[in-house]
Amino acid sequence: MIEIKDLTVRFGGVTPLDHMTITFEEGTNGLIGPNGAGKTTFFNVLSGFVRPTEGSVTAFGENLLAMAHFRRARWGVRRTFQTEQAIEELSIYNNVAMVHEHSSKERHGARSEAVLSAIEFVGLAASPQTRVGTLGAGERRLVELARAVVGQPRVILLDEPAAGLPDEESVRTSEVIRKIPEERGALVILVDHDMSLVSACCRKTAVLDFGKLIASGDTAEVLRNDEVKKAYLGVEAVAV
Amino acid sequence: MSAAGATSARARRVRMPQLDAGERVRAAVIVVLLLFVVLLLPQLLSGYWVTVFTSVAIYSIVALGLGILMGRTGLVSLGQIALLALAAWVAARLFFATGLPFPIVLLGSGLITTVLGALVGLPALRLSGLYLALITLMLAGAITVVLRATNFPNGGHGFLGHLETDRGNANIRRPAIASGDTAYLRYTVIVAAIMFLIALIHVRARPGRAWAAIRQSESAALAAGVNVTLYKMWAFALASFLTGVAGGLLAANSGQLFITTFPTSDSITLLAVVLMGGIYSLWGAVVAGLLMQFLPAVLNNWGVPADWLTIVFGAGVLQVLLTAPQGLVYQFPRDMAKLGRLISGLAGRGRPPRREGAS
Repeated sequence: MIEIKDLTVRFGGVTPLDHMTITFEEGTNGLIGPNGAGKTTFFNVLSGFVRPTEGSVTAFGENLLAMAHFRRARWGVRRTFQTEQAIEELSIYNNVAMVHEHSSKERHGARSEAVLSAIEFVGLAASPQTRVGTLGAGERRLVELARAVVGQPRVILLDEPAAGLPDEESVRTSEVIRKIPEERGALVILVDHDMSLVSACCRKTAVLDFGKLIASGDTAEVLRNDEVKKAYLGVEAVAV
Repeated sequence: MSAAGATSARARRVRMPQLDAGERVRAAVIVVLLLFVVLLLPQLLSGYWVTVFTSVAIYSIVALGLGILMGRTGLVSLGQIALLALAAWVAARLFFATGLPFPIVLLGSGLITTVLGALVGLPALRLSGLYLALITLMLAGAITVVLRATNFPNGGHGFLGHLETDRGNANIRRPAIASGDTAYLRYTVIVAAIMFLIALIHVRARPGRAWAAIRQSESAALAAGVNVTLYKMWAFALASFLTGVAGGLLAANSGQLFITTFPTSDSITLLAVVLMGGIYSLWGAVVAGLLMQFLPAVLNNWGVPADWLTIVFGAGVLQVLLTAPQGLVYQFPRDMAKLGRLISGLAGRGRPPRREGAS
């Protein structure tokens, strides 16, 4: 469980996150909102890239904000990026091993098994020795997912994991995401604009608009909420 | 279920082999090449070319250091030759001040330069790209100015160990087993091989993976739990260690050291030859060493001023960046293979291939 209280981020006169208070429960949680709503900023706060102006983040009873950013991976925070960041020069195996060796307390001997199990979990068909630079966009996204699930992740932040993918690969990605909580034991927060992906994966969803939390709760209900429709489509569109 | 079963079987089948077939062949080629360079090459060379190839081996190590910094970690440095001068100074000081065995002096010079280089690397934690290049170049200039004032140790007393009157009297000694030029070439090549091995181990292991992540995306590296500051410093430290050992080898190769051996502009030339050789490959460092030391020697031998190389290297860097950013180590085999296919195609047909539809 992650408890966010009064989380605020200010960059000069801009307030990407404005007193956000929410609790994320076990399972896969959706986080949606129009462009510039503050979703990625929220992920950046959890990853440690951005220091909040005020507020607290308590994850499984621990103060996440007190940890140095690179230590959060060791604690169990993993993330993927809106623009996919699989390391081209390394093989699939080394991409995943790189995360495991810096973030896992498991002994060195267990690495090969953990890495291969993560690659298998996301269903990558290519050989683990394949250089990531030679892979297509969908497979690179899966490499990022494998990096997120390797070892013992506790919180996985997925930032538009299916962006730019054709429908078929998007469905495959959603199947992988759906089984993360049960099979890898991590709490997932999924940011995406693809409502079918969010509906398929998340029982609960929160909505941000201009840095403020405007709705949260059961995904189907949230998506029917007029406030949410306004935020996404604009007032006039809803009024018509 | 069957798909899951298949992937699970694949996972069981795939173990991470230490060396696959291709790598075993490559390792064998390297061993044969090394044996040739250590055993046969020194016998075939005349005195002048022995010293040239010793310099090639030394500068390959320096190029290797820059390759680790730039090619692997994405950190630009235009101060490597100044660092080499500093390392040569440290080595000369150790040679004259202590009676330590040669390998220990090399190690000492490597370790002291590691500390100095890591200090140089401190700005790298805040800077990148052009600004880092500028800072390292300014630092290189500063080191050159200071060394011009202090000169290199030549057997004198005190901390600086330099006496004008003693110039020419005291030579930096070589190891007892390699006092002759030919034996020293062999010694240098073996030390260089060890340095390449150290670099290879780093690149293939945890630091290499962390550096690759840092070079492509610092955010991805941080999110993966990589201590970016530590690994950037590690890259600077390793590059400095390699340069430090190269400085020790250079000091004993020359016997006497002069600041004119280390012009600041050589740091830029080094970057050019490393780019041309191939910044992402360890072999690129060998090619860079050849370009930096062998090519000028060839030109000198033909009576052509080595200054012309500035133009050649300029054109070379342009060529490489436009047509083969991975450098000559990739471009040359690729183009040779193309040429081979073309020749075999011509030989097979007995006449040049003609375009489809041409009448």
